[in-house]
Amino acid sequence: MANKLEIRDLWAEIDGSPILKGVDLVVPQGEVHALMGPNGAGKSTLGRVIAGDPSYQVTEGEVLLDGENILQLKPDERARKGLFLAFQYPLEVPGVTIANFLRLALQQRFGREVPLSEFYNKLQKAIEVLEWDESYVTRYLNEGFSGGEKKRNEVLQLMVLEPKYAILDETDSGLDIDALKVVSKGVNAMRGPEFAALVITHYQRLLNYIVPDVVHVMVDGRVVKTGGKDLALELEERGYDWLKAEVGA
Amino acid sequence: MSDAELKHISEDYRWGFADDVEPDVKLKGLNAEVVRAISRLKGEPQWLLDFRLKSLEIYFEKPWPTWGPDLSELRRQMDDFYYYVKPPTQQDARSWDDVPEEIRRTYEKLGIPEAEQKVLAGVGAQYDSEMVYHSIKEELGKQGVIFKSIEDGVKEHEELFRRYFSKVVPPTDNKFAALNSALFSGGSFVYVPPGVEVEVPLQAYFRVNTEGFGQFERTLIILDKGAKAHYIEGCTAPIYTSEALHTGVIEIIVMDGAESRYTTIQNWPVNMYNLVTQRALVHENAYHMWLDGNLGSKVTMKYPSSVLKGRGAKSEILSIAFAGDGQHLDTGGKLIFMNPDASGSIISKSISKGEGRSSYRGLVKVAPAAERAKVNVECDALLVNENSKTDTYPYMEIANETASVGHEATVSRLADDQIFYLTTRGIPEDEAAALIVRGFIEPVAKELPLEFAVELNRLIELEMEGSVG
Ligand SMILES: Nc1ncnc2c1ncn2[C@@H]1O[C@H](COP(=O)(O)OP(=O)(O)O)[C@@H](O)[C@H]1O
Ligand SMILES: [Mg+2]
Repeated sequence: MANKLEIRDLWAEIDGSPILKGVDLVVPQGEVHALMGPNGAGKSTLGRVIAGDPSYQVTEGEVLLDGENILQLKPDERARKGLFLAFQYPLEVPGVTIANFLRLALQQRFGREVPLSEFYNKLQKAIEVLEWDESYVTRYLNEGFSGGEKKRNEVLQLMVLEPKYAILDETDSGLDIDALKVVSKGVNAMRGPEFAALVITHYQRLLNYIVPDVVHVMVDGRVVKTGGKDLALELEERGYDWLKAEVGA
Repeated sequence: MSDAELKHISEDYRWGFADDVEPDVKLKGLNAEVVRAISRLKGEPQWLLDFRLKSLEIYFEKPWPTWGPDLSELRRQMDDFYYYVKPPTQQDARSWDDVPEEIRRTYEKLGIPEAEQKVLAGVGAQYDSEMVYHSIKEELGKQGVIFKSIEDGVKEHEELFRRYFSKVVPPTDNKFAALNSALFSGGSFVYVPPGVEVEVPLQAYFRVNTEGFGQFERTLIILDKGAKAHYIEGCTAPIYTSEALHTGVIEIIVMDGAESRYTTIQNWPVNMYNLVTQRALVHENAYHMWLDGNLGSKVTMKYPSSVLKGRGAKSEILSIAFAGDGQHLDTGGKLIFMNPDASGSIISKSISKGEGRSSYRGLVKVAPAAERAKVNVECDALLVNENSKTDTYPYMEIANETASVGHEATVSRLADDQIFYLTTRGIPEDEAAALIVRGFIEPVAKELPLEFAVELNRLIELEMEGSVG
């Protein structure tokens, strides 16, 4: 079986205007890839379309998870197959504690009743790695959280839900250097032969901590270049304009 | 209601079954003869019959409300209801074994005897017009706690009863309070002696079985000085094509330093007009909480009120309303400040789904003598679908300038983005919507005893099935 997340010629639009214009991308299990690109390139859209956001219409292409096209599946069904999206802008859900929500999500993720003790063990471990305060889990989901706390909370969810494929959308933005290190530690703790991640970022900075195996660059709705981690450094130095010129965007 | 609608509703409403129980007595029509017959059947003293007849006159004199939900359909049917239906039992039994089997099975289906064993201090069960069961834990009885049907209250404690009955909600209060005062039957009489604390809740369960019936229970609760109690009321009925009416009156006297709670989980089917008056008189340094959960009914008009009569009296009014298709729930609360240093709050959370409409209607009144009154009002509305409706009518009459008054109102929509966020964590869409709704009402729901909070969550999950997407 093909253990990878594969995007084939993916086209998606919103209200008739195309945003993704033929994305091709492969993230094999066990690897961490970075996805870079200028603002408005369609990186977040790609993440949301892979996760199943119903506000985008997919007009062409496939998203294959371990060989299975998941485009007809609902977001929750995709999650249960091991997909995870850390949001660029996580939403607030007042009145629902992180602990209650996460236990519910965990039971759905693995399709079984998860005993409280097992759940708390997992939660505890994740909190330790993330150097967070335990009292956060009794707070309402993202309500009144700072940008950085929201991002940390996304990684907490990632660690508890143990997806096979994670997409992290600008999890680094809005973090100071200490928070960045801690969040990276969380993601790195997940690395292993049965985990793959697509790390969306603007800045090479993050990639010092989460070192990618492969770097992709997205411009105007397509992946226009793929390379090693040096590509990130090159982008940092030269910006994106030369790439845009190269692909004629 | 069409048959198709009815079928749809009965699939969603688990409590819509009817029993094959032949009543002993059924009285139809709204007139003095029916009122006399009710009083005669109950063997009441003359003063109470006079009170009923006078109340009926007041009912006829008072105009129909010109505000709030549309009652025109109800008005046309007022002559057609059964106003008294006596189930085939002679007594307000003290043991479930003495309750007729068919009726007992209904309460078993509703989980009442089980809850009684586990989490309640006492249970009262009303079936159509009469209480068929009342019981409290023995040790409470020994401490002098009274928990009986309103009829036994009249019979066995006439003096106490008469001293307080209709003093908090007189028949002149409003048209439906007058109607209840004329026709009342069933409901509880509760007295807790000074200093006695009833730690676990007492529960009354109101069940309607007869089609085209009006239920008029009347509850009088007296907490003597420093006493403590929590009373919970639940209600359900079968689903019929014709409209039904439920018009209760609840009067609570909370004496100095006493602490009381009254919780309602109303889950009538959507053919019910639910028009209830409930008021507490809160004395010096006493506390009263209304926790009002309204899920069912076609129309609900209900504004639990607390009259803060004593210095330092406190009250909280917490309400949840969930209005689905074809429902208009007009709910809220009233706080009346009479004397210095009293404080109170109203927190109202309403959810409107489909074409449902929920309205918040509240009154805060501070009398000139009420120095340093502190009051906070918060009403939040959540709209689930495009056509869901909500409106607010907050009234304030502040006649003392030392009052500190806070008021906040919000309207939000169930956001697609929030649902998407939760579904990406593996939670199915319906459950995600239910989770958001549960979070929305959490500030109120967390005040419920655990079992009732669980029940409420389950009801909300049922309501939210298929509501989005
Ligand atoms: N929900 C949406 N509605 C309208 N336009 C959108 C929406 N989502 C994305 N877009 C547009 O698509 C383009 C790509 O956006 P996005 O995927 O957020 O880019 P990136 O994450 O790479 O900065 C932008 O021009 C953006 O305005
Ligand atoms: Mg983005």
